[in-house]
Amino acid sequence: MIADDLAAVRERERTAISLSTARIAVCSAAGCISTGGAAVKDALGAAVIAHNLSGSVRVLGTGCLGLCHAGPLMRVTRGDAEPVLFTKTTPAFAERVIAGLPSGVLPLEQRCDLQQPFFTRQHRIVTSDAGIVDSERIEDYLAAGGYTALERTLAELHPEDVVREVSLSGLRGRGGAGYPTGLKWSTVAKAAGHGTFIVCNADEGDPGAFMDRSVLEGDPHRVLEGMAIAAYAVGAEQGYIYVRGEYPLAITRLKTAIRQAERMQLLGHRILDSQFNFRIDLRIGAGAFVCGEETALIASIEGKRGMPRPRPPFPAEAGLWGRPTLINNVETYANIAPIILHGGAHYATLGTERSKGTKVFALAGRIVNTGLVEVPMGMPLGEIIFDIGGGIPDERQFKAAQTGGPSGGCIPAAHLDLPVDYEALAGIGSIMGSGGLIVMDETSCMVDVARYFMEFCRDESCGKCVPCRAGTVQMHGLLTKMTHGTATDRDLALLEQLAELTTRTSLCGLGQTAANPVRSTLRHFHDEYLAHIHDHVCPAGVCAMNGEDPR
Amino acid sequence: MATAAALPTKAPADNRLKMLDAAMTRHRHQPDALIEILHTAQELYGYLDLDCLKYVGRCLKVPPSRVYGVATFYNVFTLKPRGEHTCVVCLGTACYVKGTATILSALEREHHLEVGGTTPDGTLSLVSARCLGACGLAPVLVFDQEIAGRVTAETALARTRNWMEQP
Repeated sequence: MIADDLAAVRERERTAISLSTARIAVCSAAGCISTGGAAVKDALGAAVIAHNLSGSVRVLGTGCLGLCHAGPLMRVTRGDAEPVLFTKTTPAFAERVIAGLPSGVLPLEQRCDLQQPFFTRQHRIVTSDAGIVDSERIEDYLAAGGYTALERTLAELHPEDVVREVSLSGLRGRGGAGYPTGLKWSTVAKAAGHGTFIVCNADEGDPGAFMDRSVLEGDPHRVLEGMAIAAYAVGAEQGYIYVRGEYPLAITRLKTAIRQAERMQLLGHRILDSQFNFRIDLRIGAGAFVCGEETALIASIEGKRGMPRPRPPFPAEAGLWGRPTLINNVETYANIAPIILHGGAHYATLGTERSKGTKVFALAGRIVNTGLVEVPMGMPLGEIIFDIGGGIPDERQFKAAQTGGPSGGCIPAAHLDLPVDYEALAGIGSIMGSGGLIVMDETSCMVDVARYFMEFCRDESCGKCVPCRAGTVQMHGLLTKMTHGTATDRDLALLEQLAELTTRTSLCGLGQTAANPVRSTLRHFHDEYLAHIHDHVCPAGVCAMNGEDPR
Repeated sequence: MATAAALPTKAPADNRLKMLDAAMTRHRHQPDALIEILHTAQELYGYLDLDCLKYVGRCLKVPPSRVYGVATFYNVFTLKPRGEHTCVVCLGTACYVKGTATILSALEREHHLEVGGTTPDGTLSLVSARCLGACGLAPVLVFDQEIAGRVTAETALARTRNWMEQP
């Protein structure tokens, strides 16, 4: 397909959209599907036919609309009028919505106020297509301006220009470590010879994080487009998406999207009639947290046990099968097309001095609005939790926010005014991580939380290096003793010592960060440890303190 | 040496081996396709038994030690048959904060099972998951592929008891 054909598809689709009187988007991400979203969408489709509205009403399954706890969500857009969002919809409700469309009367109940801070305080770049684009139709993505960035890249930009634009944007790796994306791309481009690889890390292993799942399920073409632009920039012809086996819906949608893009010559040979070839294959993970670490991920794509190896050499120089390999996270790739379209400088106007753009967070735990939000970097943590997230339910007190999963830390109420950026979070002993933000109230015991994460790291340690393999087991034993009420001051000292040692001597990121939850809770909630040890009391009332496992 | 006949086969007209072979052909018997092939084998047979591992290893020219190493490294692969029904309890942070550990221990007590185990009659397997990514609906359980949000110990027990009574 050449550019003119693509323009024709876009035009046709846009005409169809402008002729329709209403567009009804049902959230088709895994969250809303599991509360019955698919049945609502089917009911809408059937009602449209029954009311003879096929020509004027379009029903689409779309990416995550954000308020996961109030699903299935339905967004109705009529002409230029303000969209209406309905929560907790059912098939019967869907029938009422369609029945009311001809007379223009929509149900008044189950409406969600779109002027509440949850919506108005967000800034959507990565998730901008949610509610607009059908996740399974490439035509919808094209009509919304999709693949324009790839077209422009191939027609107007040299690979160096692409790298420069990405560097200019200040984009940093959204997988958690925050390495400057432009710098990584230029390293790979320089190392290039024949057979450079592109990898998309979609092994979203942090418990409590579901941003990447939502992006893959809702807008798979955005990721494919970002990868194709990256491949052009670094001179790669083969790409892999390493996606968690726990995300079956994301896998299905990706397979569909790849097939559609190949058919339109947006992937494959001679993309858009240029000299550029790029193919993407999927690799399905098999449930190993350590595979989120890039060298372990490479081993897994090669069909081996997912064990990390020392760096250097970095994958940028010697990665998959020894070839230079560019590895970025899903959200990083999803940022690329907007950067190319609107310019790196424009992207860099958002955010803080060293953390640019936006970040998608998955809000979960003891918070009113659980779901997906995208905010500019630098927004204070308290605003995300209380203004956007709606605060803590059941009139309880905020106790801690956990970011970065098992590699991150717990942030106490004293730091709620902290701006969310890479350096600020690292400064208080947590990390940005991939974007899971779990809120805890006074019903959570921080020693038990530390024990929970240590159990996770103990189970997921690959066993290759001793500090991580043995350190996590020992630290878990000490923390369990504390939650049993049998620990002494000596155990606490030993825990601190082991945390330091494991951090400094482990081979890969898993071990180096495994002690972060312990270190951050020791730092911010030291009193709770002391209560467990000296008074044999669990202030939150979680730990049994009688020699039994805490439940 | 394992032969094709030594593979676990329940159905008389068994196309599963053919499908496994087809998957390997599709990957041109590349050794690096090992994980993909093990996924396929487990989908077909429900679990990976030793004969199956040997067979895959021989076809892909990967030593049995490495096949076994890979099959036991990843959590998804199981070398024991699963029960007829599977109940997955998510132990992700959001679910943990909202009390899935209580639900899990209630299930363990009720069915006299440890997590990862199967009831003696082969009806129910109890499995834990790291995080299913449906944190907005925590606590989350999966009953035979069907994700259920905001589960309580009572609803979880009701679902599994139902299975046990009508296997």
